[in-house]
Amino acid sequence: MTEKFQTLDKALENLEKSRQARKGKFYLKDKTITLSHGSGGTASHNLIGGMIGKIFSNPILDKMDDSAILPINGSDTRLAFTTDSYVVSPIFFPGGNIGEIAVNGTVNDLAVSGADPLWISVGLILEEGFSIAELKKIIESMQAAAEKAGVHIVTGDTKVVHRGSADKIFINTAGIGIFQDQISLSSLNAEPGDKVLLSGPIGDHGIAVMLAREALDFETDIQSDTAPLNGLIHALLDATKAVHCLKDATRGGVATVLNEIALNSNVAIAIEEGSVPIRPEVNGACEILGLDPLTIANEGRFIAIVASEDAETAVRALQNHPQGSEACIIGEVLEEPEGMVFLRTALGGHRVLDMLVGDPLPRIC
Amino acid sequence: MKYVDEFRNGNLARRMATEITNISKGQKFKFMEVCGGHTHTIFKHGIEDILPENIELIHGPGCPVCVLPMGRIDDAIAIAKTEGTIFTTFGDMMRVPGSQGSLLDVKAAGADVRFIYSPLDALKIARQNPKKEVVFFAIGFETTAPSTAVTLLQAKNEDIQNFSVFCNHVTIIPTIKAILDSPDLRLDGFIGPGHVSMVIGLRTYQFIARDYQKPVVISGFEPLDIIQSILMLLKQYQTGKVVVENQYKRVVRPEGNLKSLEVMTQTMELRPYFEWRGLGFITHSALKIRSDFAQWDAEERFEVPGLQVADPKACQCGEVLKGVIKPWECKVFGTACTPETPIGSCMVSPEGACAAYFNYGRLSMASHRRDLLATVK
Repeated sequence: MTEKFQTLDKALENLEKSRQARKGKFYLKDKTITLSHGSGGTASHNLIGGMIGKIFSNPILDKMDDSAILPINGSDTRLAFTTDSYVVSPIFFPGGNIGEIAVNGTVNDLAVSGADPLWISVGLILEEGFSIAELKKIIESMQAAAEKAGVHIVTGDTKVVHRGSADKIFINTAGIGIFQDQISLSSLNAEPGDKVLLSGPIGDHGIAVMLAREALDFETDIQSDTAPLNGLIHALLDATKAVHCLKDATRGGVATVLNEIALNSNVAIAIEEGSVPIRPEVNGACEILGLDPLTIANEGRFIAIVASEDAETAVRALQNHPQGSEACIIGEVLEEPEGMVFLRTALGGHRVLDMLVGDPLPRIC
Repeated sequence: MKYVDEFRNGNLARRMATEITNISKGQKFKFMEVCGGHTHTIFKHGIEDILPENIELIHGPGCPVCVLPMGRIDDAIAIAKTEGTIFTTFGDMMRVPGSQGSLLDVKAAGADVRFIYSPLDALKIARQNPKKEVVFFAIGFETTAPSTAVTLLQAKNEDIQNFSVFCNHVTIIPTIKAILDSPDLRLDGFIGPGHVSMVIGLRTYQFIARDYQKPVVISGFEPLDIIQSILMLLKQYQTGKVVVENQYKRVVRPEGNLKSLEVMTQTMELRPYFEWRGLGFITHSALKIRSDFAQWDAEERFEVPGLQVADPKACQCGEVLKGVIKPWECKVFGTACTPETPIGSCMVSPEGACAAYFNYGRLSMASHRRDLLATVK
């Protein structure tokens, strides 16, 4: 028994070590880029933390939140600045297109940092032979998305590459927002006792895109959830000052976002599996394809970590907004095991909810 | 979700778990779930958390990704690297390491490797790319073999010249027999594979009850299916009647699926022997493509190295697959071998016992540790 105990002890110690290593130090062992590096999960973290972020390192970047927070010399005003590239395939999918998510994604990265999104830039990389009619459709929907979010597209760039050097169209957007007050939202701020809120049902975007690919002959009504979140977030931040952290659950899904928060804040997060809203169609598609809805990408959902005493107020504020009618509390922040996210299953058991390792389906955004 | 939630009811699960506690009366039982799909369900829903401690589940060799030996992955990679080839595979196989890297690595290096959901998709790719050689990497037990068989028949009917199958289908029965004959292990019964049985039926399992006196319950894949199967195994001990039972009646017929068996027999035959990762060579444990279909057999069409490659020394996948050690007892578990950098294949597939432990099992390990600590004190 003692021997067995020592082995188990050693195994746990080793696991702890590898978790700790994942926390601060990133190891990039790979020699070439594989699709896993773009998944938003552990391989991406190793690439960014182990090489890119290390070389670019500076105090603003090192915070590694959704937006950089920029102090303006000699004033109290702070700016939020962010950028993102979009390579989704297919470029048109139920509920949206590449242009719409390019605008909404950047708006949302600014909004979850607590800033009001104001200005957006657009960089287009077009493949030789791409249809101008389709491009026009994309550009028009970008303008519509900007108007809906209350932002202006104020600068841009266009490049064309040889056929085969890109796939139809890639879009980069960057955005600037302004903080109205001294709010500080960060994945470092989660505290034991806080509640975990989710703004709506998960997995719609990822599954909609997946099913739009020709390889799968499914027919469903699932639509991408792409939407600007700044209005909903405004409603939340107006209702309570006790929001500690906001994160939009894009690549890697809710699971990856929760793991980032648990690691950065040195806390554990417990999720009640039964309370996570998932549409039956999405759940069904996930069951058939062997995917976990918690790791599927969303383009219009966020996680909020809110102090326990204000959690109900926060949920009501979200539910009273047209975009947040299905918002709910899905779990809580605990002291330990530090850096770990786990699920209380509907059956009454537990399981660890890890970050996504390899992307089940690349180019989802 | 309709027809699924009913099988995940927490109250019913706890009620059955109580019954399991009452019937087993603290006596130790070791049951093996043969199928990787069961292993996945057990971890995904935390089934071990609600079972009494005297019921131990051994995670068997039923994950087709885990049991494929490294030499076959190297062969697959050699085919994928051949100029003018489109190599198609299920997603799981992409990250499985061969001796010189994985399919994901050769894809990054320029090979055209695509992942698909059905072998018929590979055939479609072949029709669309008449100038390319399209190969399907066929893996799996009797569950997936019929769809490969249908694809071969269709390729022959349409006379598609640029398509072939790299066949790695394996059969479950000889492997169960090898496990039963292994001196390492004492098992008290089997949770039998539901989807394999849907194809092969129940008769082939009779020898386990008859010759080895071990109960078998063919089980479905939802949590309540598995818990009920454990209860059925225990009830056989209670009544002293050792038989093959079918818990998964809503899917499995006693005679199996005759049409599936027919197309398999038409296109494939047993190999004299096949290497299983960790388990070694097992007689008649895999399928090869019949000579009438040689034209669609990638092993005939391509030069494959066909070498036997020894597993890395540190890797204990074999012992894990036989249930001799728990995944966390392996020397490299969680350190050198993680889902991101798997050494052994049990860490790659979500159905692999090691990956399941790594992803889902750490909490139960922590509580197991507390229990052990209490006994040491």
